[in-house]
Amino acid sequence: MTRFEVVTTGESSGTDQPTTPKNIPHRGGAANPSAKALQDKFSSAIKRVDVVWGETTVYVEPGFVRQAILWLHDDASQRYDFLSDVTAVEYRDPEVPLEVVWHLRSLPFRRFIRIKAQIPKGAPLEIDSVYDIYRAADWLERECYDMFGIRFRGHPDLRRILMWEQYKEGFPLRKDFPLRGRFSRSEQLRQALAQNPEARYSMEELSIADAYAELPDEMRERLSKGERTGE
Amino acid sequence: MGLTVPSDHQVVSYAPESQEGWVATRLDFLVNWARANSLWPMPFGTACCAIEFMASAASKYDLARFGMERMSFSPRQADVLICAGRVPFKLAPIIRRIWQQMPQPKWSISMGACASTGGMFDNYAVVQGIDTIIPVDVYVPGCPPRPEGLIYGIRMLQEKVKNERAADKGTRDEMEPDPSSQLYIPPSVIDELGEPFGNSVNQTRSGL
Repeated sequence: MTRFEVVTTGESSGTDQPTTPKNIPHRGGAANPSAKALQDKFSSAIKRVDVVWGETTVYVEPGFVRQAILWLHDDASQRYDFLSDVTAVEYRDPEVPLEVVWHLRSLPFRRFIRIKAQIPKGAPLEIDSVYDIYRAADWLERECYDMFGIRFRGHPDLRRILMWEQYKEGFPLRKDFPLRGRFSRSEQLRQALAQNPEARYSMEELSIADAYAELPDEMRERLSKGERTGE
Repeated sequence: MGLTVPSDHQVVSYAPESQEGWVATRLDFLVNWARANSLWPMPFGTACCAIEFMASAASKYDLARFGMERMSFSPRQADVLICAGRVPFKLAPIIRRIWQQMPQPKWSISMGACASTGGMFDNYAVVQGIDTIIPVDVYVPGCPPRPEGLIYGIRMLQEKVKNERAADKGTRDEMEPDPSSQLYIPPSVIDELGEPFGNSVNQTRSGL
């Protein structure tokens, strides 16, 4: 099966209507069948399965996350074709490791699963990117990097997305980051005003290449001379 | 013309039979009256204040009554910059550039608590009042201000415009920022303006 092909099988292809689950227990409800399948497939790399309010969380060894997500995406019995979110959680307790979280949804099977990887204390904040599995991971991983400083190995363009690229104060959602930032207000303003607003978007980012044929002649000429708005 | 100047140059007389109207006024008054009643706003809406601003411009509150029916989305044709909403540091150079692109005479209104002071966003990402980036003529309080509040601020600005003197060139001088820091006002003043108050002093996210 090739990726990105239209799927017409699975539970959502039948005539049964989706229903809203009722009377879900806080903990220990029925787990998503994909969790069991993951445990069978990856055995020791799956550390724990939690079910909270009917949503399944699978804790995976950081080194196996990419394989597990690739399998969930590709396997005909899973087909998690939609990446909702990539984010991270840092806990207030300094002993608890930082977690990276992926939210996956299977449209054909109407399933939702949450994958978590705990990065051990003291280890470098690095994890494999899932950009080549889901393009949606591009900006999500950039945001996660911007806010938490987690480096996604294999991401093609890992740079800040919310803060400007020359932002020097660190990673704002980390627990050791002061709420007002590290610099004085005047220094923050001085650095912010030193940005070049036109340097934010590169031609590549705007996908100018895709629209090249429809561009005005004058702009095509400028682009062919190598002009770009990026840094 | 209907005006005839007698030989003694003392009295202006009017000949009604000429059927021509005329009016005498001060140039200041005429120019300011025209300016005050044809302010074209440059809307810089970043948050919920922009919704109230749109409500002000829509039919019920109808900013067109005050000569503002035409939103100028090009700063080069705008007279008054209305900053409606919080301004993050990433937008600071952009609002500064829009202000610099507006031709004189120009005024600005800071609409709402966030634009005026940073509001509740006393954090790493939000400018603590746009008066640290651009000069502000009128502050409109509120979170967000109701359209009546904005209209009151606009009326205040119109009063200000009407009281300007054409002879006073100082008000029309373009402010040049300090070349090294790009700031209009000294850093110590900015720090003072951004000084926190209330119970959030020196609070970190973790409370550690």
